[in-house]
Amino acid sequence: MPAVSKGDGMRGLAVFISDIRNCKSKEAEIKRINKELANIRSKFKGDKALDGYSKKKYVCKLLFIFLLGHDIDFGHMEAVNLLSSNKYTEKQIGYLFISVLVNSNSELIRLINNAIKNDLSSRNPTFMCLALHCIANVGSREMAEAFAGEIPRILVAGDTMDSVKQSAALCLLRLYKTSPDLVLMGEWTSRVVHLLNDQHMGVVTAAISLITCLSQKNPDEFKTCVSLAVSRLSRIVSSASTDLQDYTYYFVPAPWLSCKLLRLLQCYPPPEDGAVKGRLVECLETILNKAQEPPKSKKVQHSNAKNAILFEAISLIIHYDSEPNLLVRACNQLGQFLQHRETNLRYLALESMCTLASSEFSHEAVKTHIETVINALKTERDVSVRQRAADLLYAMCDRSNAKQIVAEMLSYLETADYSIREEMVLKVAILAEKYAVDYSWYVDTILNLIRIAGDYVSEEVWYRVIQIVINRDDVQGYAAKTVFEALQAPACHENMVKVGGYILGEFGNLIAGDPRSSPLVQFNLLHSKFHLCSVPTRALLLSAYIKFINLFPETKSTIQEVLRSDSQIRNSDVELQQRAVEYLKLSSIASTDVLATVLEEMPPFPERESSILAKLKKKKGPGAVSVNELEEGKREGGELNGGGERGDNSAIAASNASTPSPSADLLGLRTGPPVTAAAPSAGSLLVDVFSEAGVNDDGFLRDLEPPTESSDSLLAEGPGDSDSAPPSVVSEDPATPLPESNELLNKFVCKNNGVLFENQLLQIGIKSEYRQNLGRMYLFYGNKTSVQFITFTTTVTCPGELQSQLNVQSKPVEPLIEGGAQVQQVINIECLTDFSDAPLLNIKFRYGGALQNLTLKLPVTINKFFQPTEMASHDFFQRWKQLSLPQQEAQKIFKANHAMDTEVLKAKLLGLGMALLENVDPNPENFVCAGVIQTKAQQVGSLLRLEPNAQAQMYRLTVRSSKDTVSKRLCELLAEQF
Amino acid sequence: MIGGLFIYNHKGEVLISRVYRDDIGWALISSTGGRSRRNAVDAFRVNVIHARQQVRSPVTNIARTSFFHVKRSNIWLAAVTKQNVNAAMVFEFLYKMCDVMTAYFGKISEENIKNNFVLIYELLDEILDFGYPQNSETGALKTFITQQGIKSQTKEEQSQITSQVTGQIGWRREGIKYRRNELFLDVLESVNLLMSPQGQVLSAHVSGRVVMKSYLSGMPECKFGMNDKIVIDKQGKGGTTDDSGKSGKQSIAIDDCTFHQCVRLSKFDSERSISFIPPDGEYELMRYRTTKDIILPFRVIPLVREVGRTKLEVKVVIKSNFKPSLLAQKIEVRIPTPLNTSGVQVICMKGKAKYKASENAIVWKIKRMAGMKESQISAEIELLPTNDKKKWARPPISMNFEVPFAPSGLKVRYLKVFEPKLNYSDHDVIKWVRYIGRSGIYETRC
Repeated sequence: MPAVSKGDGMRGLAVFISDIRNCKSKEAEIKRINKELANIRSKFKGDKALDGYSKKKYVCKLLFIFLLGHDIDFGHMEAVNLLSSNKYTEKQIGYLFISVLVNSNSELIRLINNAIKNDLSSRNPTFMCLALHCIANVGSREMAEAFAGEIPRILVAGDTMDSVKQSAALCLLRLYKTSPDLVLMGEWTSRVVHLLNDQHMGVVTAAISLITCLSQKNPDEFKTCVSLAVSRLSRIVSSASTDLQDYTYYFVPAPWLSCKLLRLLQCYPPPEDGAVKGRLVECLETILNKAQEPPKSKKVQHSNAKNAILFEAISLIIHYDSEPNLLVRACNQLGQFLQHRETNLRYLALESMCTLASSEFSHEAVKTHIETVINALKTERDVSVRQRAADLLYAMCDRSNAKQIVAEMLSYLETADYSIREEMVLKVAILAEKYAVDYSWYVDTILNLIRIAGDYVSEEVWYRVIQIVINRDDVQGYAAKTVFEALQAPACHENMVKVGGYILGEFGNLIAGDPRSSPLVQFNLLHSKFHLCSVPTRALLLSAYIKFINLFPETKSTIQEVLRSDSQIRNSDVELQQRAVEYLKLSSIASTDVLATVLEEMPPFPERESSILAKLKKKKGPGAVSVNELEEGKREGGELNGGGERGDNSAIAASNASTPSPSADLLGLRTGPPVTAAAPSAGSLLVDVFSEAGVNDDGFLRDLEPPTESSDSLLAEGPGDSDSAPPSVVSEDPATPLPESNELLNKFVCKNNGVLFENQLLQIGIKSEYRQNLGRMYLFYGNKTSVQFITFTTTVTCPGELQSQLNVQSKPVEPLIEGGAQVQQVINIECLTDFSDAPLLNIKFRYGGALQNLTLKLPVTINKFFQPTEMASHDFFQRWKQLSLPQQEAQKIFKANHAMDTEVLKAKLLGLGMALLENVDPNPENFVCAGVIQTKAQQVGSLLRLEPNAQAQMYRLTVRSSKDTVSKRLCELLAEQF
Repeated sequence: MIGGLFIYNHKGEVLISRVYRDDIGWALISSTGGRSRRNAVDAFRVNVIHARQQVRSPVTNIARTSFFHVKRSNIWLAAVTKQNVNAAMVFEFLYKMCDVMTAYFGKISEENIKNNFVLIYELLDEILDFGYPQNSETGALKTFITQQGIKSQTKEEQSQITSQVTGQIGWRREGIKYRRNELFLDVLESVNLLMSPQGQVLSAHVSGRVVMKSYLSGMPECKFGMNDKIVIDKQGKGGTTDDSGKSGKQSIAIDDCTFHQCVRLSKFDSERSISFIPPDGEYELMRYRTTKDIILPFRVIPLVREVGRTKLEVKVVIKSNFKPSLLAQKIEVRIPTPLNTSGVQVICMKGKAKYKASENAIVWKIKRMAGMKESQISAEIELLPTNDKKKWARPPISMNFEVPFAPSGLKVRYLKVFEPKLNYSDHDVIKWVRYIGRSGIYETRC
């Protein structure tokens, strides 16, 4: 702004301002302002025309009064008049007043627009700039409507001055941000990109902000900017600090421009052109190199500018995620910053490392800094930095360091800031669950968590422990023992009492053998906490007591005594009173059989999204999580689509990422000997079966992720099956299998558990275990309505020759399913010899008088009877050659149905039941597997080779086995999976 | 109880700071005592004195700490507490403190406070003990807190102070002697009114005070009587029915009243008679409020006509409504003008009228006006057209005046003085009674 010349001093304004400053009280100030306003009003009203100078002065005064917080409702006209003045100062004050005071719906807008138009078309660059600034400052829709066409023209016109171009670019950016629909792309867009080549650095800086914003919406139109940006960047980076005189900031050449260029590049994938890419990599390397050079100045501005570029470069490297070398270098650089004196640098380093940890290339490199990060968590003074450290620990956690990290986080939790405790608790809970190697460790960790930070442990966390303990019998005894011990502490948190009550109520019998934890001791321990707890916990404890009566009849009289006491049976809380009364009656009237049925052990929970993860997501907001989750998903091989746009899909996927069994066992299988082979004794059968179920389950979830359409379509057709068909049409004969049943079958090739079928009335869940040539399948029929199903019958048949191949026995199921209830059916399967068809399941029941009849294929496929076989490379190829008869081989070449993700493929192949052999095939892209199918009659050895072709999105699958039908069937089954 | 007391100037600088309890700072930031006190001080300055929006509530809660403030010219007095105290008590104390300070050094101003700050600390020590208000009677205080240096008092005087401070009658010392026993009694009332443009009374009440100045010897016992309806009715019961009919018009219904601590409340409760041993010098005997049968001294008749968008014509007539023999004084009528006024022409028959731009009002002043008269003003207001669609809110026309009678109708019937020990009787006391009625918020909508 040019200095105000002497004649323009506006003495009146200065006097007025100093008057106001000297006012002793608010009242005095208001009086002074009122007086001035009256004066200005009389001046504006006065008959004789004001000259430009006084107009400017009064408008200035009005502006000042407005900025003091008073309403101004006049003077707009005078300000608009100032716009048409030829003096810079008058015009400037006019524009200033208008950009501050004129609201968009004013009727003056037309006049203003006219004045702006005049200035834009004038050749005077200062006037053009003033007009552009005004447009940008107001930035209303009306402005955009009037000038969105004009400004791009000014921007790309050849004869426009540099300073005007700068303003035009920023003005257009503002208009684009307020009303993107009005700024139309056109011929100018391509010319805007070429502004990156402009001689004037200011123009480039302004233009790049515009381009970045535009290219986020229309990446394709601005594709060409990548190579221009790269060459611009390389010129800046390689220039000596003296080259760009005006744009060198404390020895750093054009730091703002560099940052913006790097940010623009982050909008695009890595350049495909090798030369461009090479140049960019060179630039990034130079930036990283420069960070190592000794600083040219001790001033903080120098290092700030340098680091700003460095951090942008690192984010670009992370964004590309394709240069292992650069990623590792970035990680090392950040590692240096972790111990830097500057708090801000440490914060930024931790933050960037969080994203680096998600890259497969740098994950290991990040992990080397674990000690520093833990140290930061413990000693950092700034809470926000500690928070980042905790985030990074969470991000870098994997199987190898989970124990250490969880232990450190737990120990930190004792002294953690209140603001981050809850989040820390959730993270510990998730990590513990995700990387649990053995579940006793998991239970220990969570109980510790409750002990240390009970107040911050949300309901979801302890729900989850209970879910897991119930679903996994191997840990139940241990859990019971641990909670029993934990409860013995004189003061324990209410959440601990809740967990304790639930677990002892369910599994107290597992530790009852020990005289130190005899039933009565257990009960007394729980009851000693009873009076200290809130109502919901007491209610839970009452339920635990009634379970005790079932588990230990010897405690019956004691517990009945407790229930009968006035403080229970006449409790003022309705819920407690009702429970006490009902439980007392139940225990005294019902026979042991009834009691045992009613109070049976809880059935396993269906696998669903980990409630904890959902909670963390909610806490962090969608943006923050999706990154984290995405990264988790990538690493674990489960594909998460990150967002969560497709509701159930991502929910399932998320549960996949957090379900404890899958990842843990998956990794276990990969590293250790196959589980089934390792545990042949019958005693540990259940344990095994579960862990295997876990594996397959994992596969299922991954598998399910893309093709949820199938279940969607089922849901859509559900009503057609049950409602639209008139009841008389439904015959008593078994219906023909649903058209989807083949698809359903395919869904279950690589997994054992899941939802087999669902419509509006009925949900069928499935859980199966296989061992050698035997299998057991649990079917859960859930009534989704509130009305009972009557004459519910199910029959399992083996059509055709399957009868001689498969021996299927089903136990009868109860004919009545209450609304909302679930019944279970057990089916035993014996594989006599190899087979290719699937048994049929026919279900008939009456719902509200209408007969429902449906037939499904039971997901029993030949691969379920696989037993994995580990073998070395030469063994494999030797066997491969042995099975060289043409009919022993089945080959299929097919197009990929899903994304070709290595981890997903591995998971699917493992779910198949064969051993995945690593380092066997000379081509690391290929997968080879080996396994033996166990049937009663014989054993069929099978070898498999899957060759993905990423470019063509095709697979070649080759299966060789000692029996031709098996090869063929396996090939058919598998071809649908990838 | 009160945790601390601060006096600020208009800039928010602390002139006097007296902290009685340590709790007040802790609420704001837990730190050491010294700094936390500073925080309490700052909190008030930031949140009240320098608040962006003018703070109108006299009680402000900041970080669970209550600040009670009163403002005298440019001086802020703030009492701070963390406890849930009786707010009325705190304000009563603050007002009392203002009275005490005025009695000691005149007007409360920054200058005076700075000059007397030793005295103020001394006073604060005496009238507030650990946050509990103590004897704050000026007369009593003046016996032992003097602006002169401490005279070497005799043992007798000292014991007298002790007996007085701890005795039953804390507000009067013994052995006062006057050559002339004199008594001044002022009935000061302020009348508040809100009237509709059509002349309908929307709300009206009178709040009054009976202020006495007594120069009496010894320990006199006084009895004060007025035309309180309850007392008159009670007496009327004993008398004839004619009497009660007459007195019914003259008596007034008092809605509520409060007394100086010297009044024997038990006697008031049982017999409704006001008897007391008066303090020496000036004090406020009672305060009261009435809402019925108020004599409105003036009637304002406004007439506002909007001529187009740029002109407004206002005509206001005032009528005095009391005995023609009485004279009202200091009459001021304030007619608000719209915010976009650009020029005003005024014509008035009596007094002076002027447009005051700084207050957005036309102020019309009349020095004197007899009863049953009327006067009028007319003004032409020019307006500047604005692009604001908001209509002018038409604030009410307000009025100030002073009349020599009590608008509530209160009359002093008697004030008897008995002093059995000294030999002067009721007849020897020279008594002066004066009535002053002032305007409170006296507004008429237009």
